Amino acid sequence: MIEEVLVTARSNPKIDPSLGVWSWEVPMYLFLGGLTAGIMCLAALMILLRKEDDAPWAAKKMVIWAPVLLTIGMGALFLDLEHKLYVYRFYTTFQISSPMSWGSWILLLVYPASILLILCSIRDAYPRIASVIDRFSVGHWITTYACRHRQQVAQWSLVLGVFLGFYTGILLSAFSARPFWNTGFLAPLFLASGLSSAAALVVLGTRNHSERFMFTKYDIGLISLELTLIALLLVNLSTGSGAQLEALGLVMGGEFATKFWLYFVFTGLLVPVVLNYWEISGGRIWAFVSPLLVLYGGYMLRLVTVEVGQVSTWTSYTHSFDPSLLDLLR
Amino acid sequence: MAHYAMVIDTKTCIGCGDCVVACKTENNVPAGLNRDWVVEATRGTYPNLTTEFRSERCNHCSHATCVYTCPTGASHYWRDSNIVLVDAGKCTGCKACIAACPYDARLIMHPDGYIDKCTFCHHRVEKGLDPACVSTCPTRCMHFGVLDDPNTRVSSLLQSRNYKVLLPETGNRPNVYYLL
Repeated sequence: MIEEVLVTARSNPKIDPSLGVWSWEVPMYLFLGGLTAGIMCLAALMILLRKEDDAPWAAKKMVIWAPVLLTIGMGALFLDLEHKLYVYRFYTTFQISSPMSWGSWILLLVYPASILLILCSIRDAYPRIASVIDRFSVGHWITTYACRHRQQVAQWSLVLGVFLGFYTGILLSAFSARPFWNTGFLAPLFLASGLSSAAALVVLGTRNHSERFMFTKYDIGLISLELTLIALLLVNLSTGSGAQLEALGLVMGGEFATKFWLYFVFTGLLVPVVLNYWEISGGRIWAFVSPLLVLYGGYMLRLVTVEVGQVSTWTSYTHSFDPSLLDLLR
Repeated sequence: MAHYAMVIDTKTCIGCGDCVVACKTENNVPAGLNRDWVVEATRGTYPNLTTEFRSERCNHCSHATCVYTCPTGASHYWRDSNIVLVDAGKCTGCKACIAACPYDARLIMHPDGYIDKCTFCHHRVEKGLDPACVSTCPTRCMHFGVLDDPNTRVSSLLQSRNYKVLLPETGNRPNVYYLL
């Protein structure tokens, strides 16, 4: 046996006895960032695939939520910073090896792209707001420009949406010091979850029955993709190093098992996929239940991932003397 | 590039904790925070037990994941050496470096909020002095110097004794060595 006990105090707040530097703010930022990515991708795809008439809310109206949700997410991220006055330092440099630095700059590109995506449909989707914008010559010029270059705006929005969705996963998977995060499956999983959450938002927002039916079907596919990626992530961890096996143990019967399986996988993925299937098969249920559960599942995915990842570690000190450890000596 | 290393003899370390006190005094580390600490590791089954004391801190890795993860460049190498420092004027307190450190060797400085850590007492090193923990050690089990010169004390110790580093499997190439 090996027992490693700290004989001097080490009780650095948020680091000891186990890492807990990121609370609800970072998962909220990752969730809203992923949802924004999903909104931009779905809206852009509807334009590029010329499905605007089939999915008017997804193609034209939903995208107005993208900068709003992203701003709320960045607000949550700001709340998480410990040295808040220095937030501007993100934009005084570009650190090529830092995923967070990449993300900071991607977010700056996402804002104008989402604004252009809004403007290219705003005259149809929100004529009152468009009439106000058109009163200003700059606003009129930008709106006309966006309308004229609708396809290019959609193409760039799709690319940036995919970047943003992947980034929210890569941000965590780049931390080799946290065995639970250190897997390549987090990036596609977070992108799939963002797309699924955006599809759920369409189901919540649209008043068009055929559009709701279409996105309910899409969400079944996206949730199934998420479940597949989660299975692959767990298989990936189970074939990894000793530290990754220990990290896997946290969700396979360990302290996060209930949160992961019951609160996330069952409530946030399995129940909505069954409800969606029930709905497209002609069953009658409250239409808002399933999309709300999908959105809840999207947040829970980030919350559980951030919490488990922080607890998973290469080091394992005992932080105070535990008499029960004496039994291991015999 | 100057390659600094700390070499700690686990045969003569008695776990007294003077290194911890010296660090707090030298660097004005606030109460409740620690840049270094001592671990007692016991191995075996009774009656065949071995105990080793290890004074631990930031390993000033040659491949420091905290430096590569920092989004603002606040975490950096000091003067083209392997000594890892944090520039408080660039630090946003995002805590990415804390998550990136496999040794959990960083801390959040209170009440200011920037990230702090062991500096190998670089302010003493630049004057030719040893870090405070090394100079205070009552059993002289701690040694500090450069590995570039084969004639330094740390180089000769690593040539003549068996040693280990913590978590070499992380690939961070740590520079705190423990003599066995």
